[in-house]
Amino acid sequence: MTPFHADPDDAMFLHGYLPAILEGLRSTLAVSAVSLAIACVFGLIGAGAKLSASRAANIAADTYTTLIRGLPELVLLLLIFYGGQILINSLADKAGLGYLDINPFIAGTTTLGFIFGAYLTETFRGAILAIPRGQSEAGLAYGMSRGQVLRRIILPQMVRHAIPGFTNNWLVMIKATALLSIIGLDDMVHRANLASAATREPFTFYAAIGGIYLAVTTVSILLLGWVERRFSLGVRKVEF
Amino acid sequence: MVDWALIAESWPLYLNGLKVSLILMAISVSASFLLSVPLAIARVSPNPLLSKPVFLYTYVIRGTPLLVQLYMIYFGLAQFEWLRESAAWPLFRNAWFCAWLAFALNSTAYTTEILAGALRQTPSGELEAARSLGLSTFSIYRRILLPSAMRRALPQYGNELVMVMHATSIASAVTIVELTRTARDVYYNNLAPLEAFGLVAVFYFVITFTLVGLIKLLEARFLKHLRPKSADPRPA
Repeated sequence: MTPFHADPDDAMFLHGYLPAILEGLRSTLAVSAVSLAIACVFGLIGAGAKLSASRAANIAADTYTTLIRGLPELVLLLLIFYGGQILINSLADKAGLGYLDINPFIAGTTTLGFIFGAYLTETFRGAILAIPRGQSEAGLAYGMSRGQVLRRIILPQMVRHAIPGFTNNWLVMIKATALLSIIGLDDMVHRANLASAATREPFTFYAAIGGIYLAVTTVSILLLGWVERRFSLGVRKVEF
Repeated sequence: MVDWALIAESWPLYLNGLKVSLILMAISVSASFLLSVPLAIARVSPNPLLSKPVFLYTYVIRGTPLLVQLYMIYFGLAQFEWLRESAAWPLFRNAWFCAWLAFALNSTAYTTEILAGALRQTPSGELEAARSLGLSTFSIYRRILLPSAMRRALPQYGNELVMVMHATSIASAVTIVELTRTARDVYYNNLAPLEAFGLVAVFYFVITFTLVGLIKLLEARFLKHLRPKSADPRPA
């Protein structure tokens, strides 16, 4: 990349490391997608618990969201990755199994899913509360079951209210996956670390993956903006 | 189960880490606050030559991970020979300077957007009234727009402070021995992850909720006029 080198390899874009970095991107995207799915499950359970009539469920969900918001992602990641390793192995030891190695992909997706589930809990809770109560009452009055009310009345309208918060959490989460390189996930940051060490051109590679992250977040914003417009059809905006 | 002796033995190390984390946060937040006031004013300016570059800056910073930004500054800049030979090199070789720069630049982007959002919510009557009184643009910002925008921005700015506090844990990746690095060292030396990371979690938890409490106090002071009035106002 730098013009003052004479090495013929230097003429190649990113010294030929682009395919390796794109493979890292695949792992970054896979981790993000799986974490998001886990986060949605935690988020829906959390929102359900916060809105439920049971006091125990309320307290459990409040503890969950408060605890997560009080800690840095990296610390939770290290706690769950290293702590979980010891815990699982002491369990495996009692069960007479051999040494189990937690893989950073599983530890990473579980932890990120758990963390962002707490943030999605608040997003989903707000979205459900934004739907007028009369609508689910009307659904029940028509003889729909609670499941039908949830599926036909609540969920389709909840999407519209949840999308801005959801978009935000997704963007924060993609960026948080970069931290997984610290616990040894072979993601895009890890590939950039390797390429930097081999070529002694760290700036080039960190700038390149920075550009790729930016492209991913930009595409996400455009796509989710389109989804929001799709689910808001027929909703009139205030015009000043 | 829990090795209390290890906790008793290592917690003075954590106090030192706590000091480092708090200093790192304080210097980053001060710099970002000073930078983001002029940038937010430029961001809401009707002149695209002022607002567009600021938008580009906040968009790029907010669209990339802080870890990558930190690596770019701390590991990346060493690539450039002209920088290595310049007088500024001792600074860029220093992990503290790089971490401060990365955190300050990162937080500036978020703070600028928070402040710009609050400026945009100014009731137009306030601005018209200020103009009709013949105040200069500088006075309008200093006396009318910024004080009220900063009040409105307070709850979100509190979140940003917590984010910066949590982001300082990333400095552990560039040799700075703050809270998280302390925990990682205690973990590597004793292989006791629950004690090492559990204790650091308690520290972060306490700092986070102290910060949240302080912001609540500021909100009670500066956003008093927005609190719902009591249902049966007693005569004063």
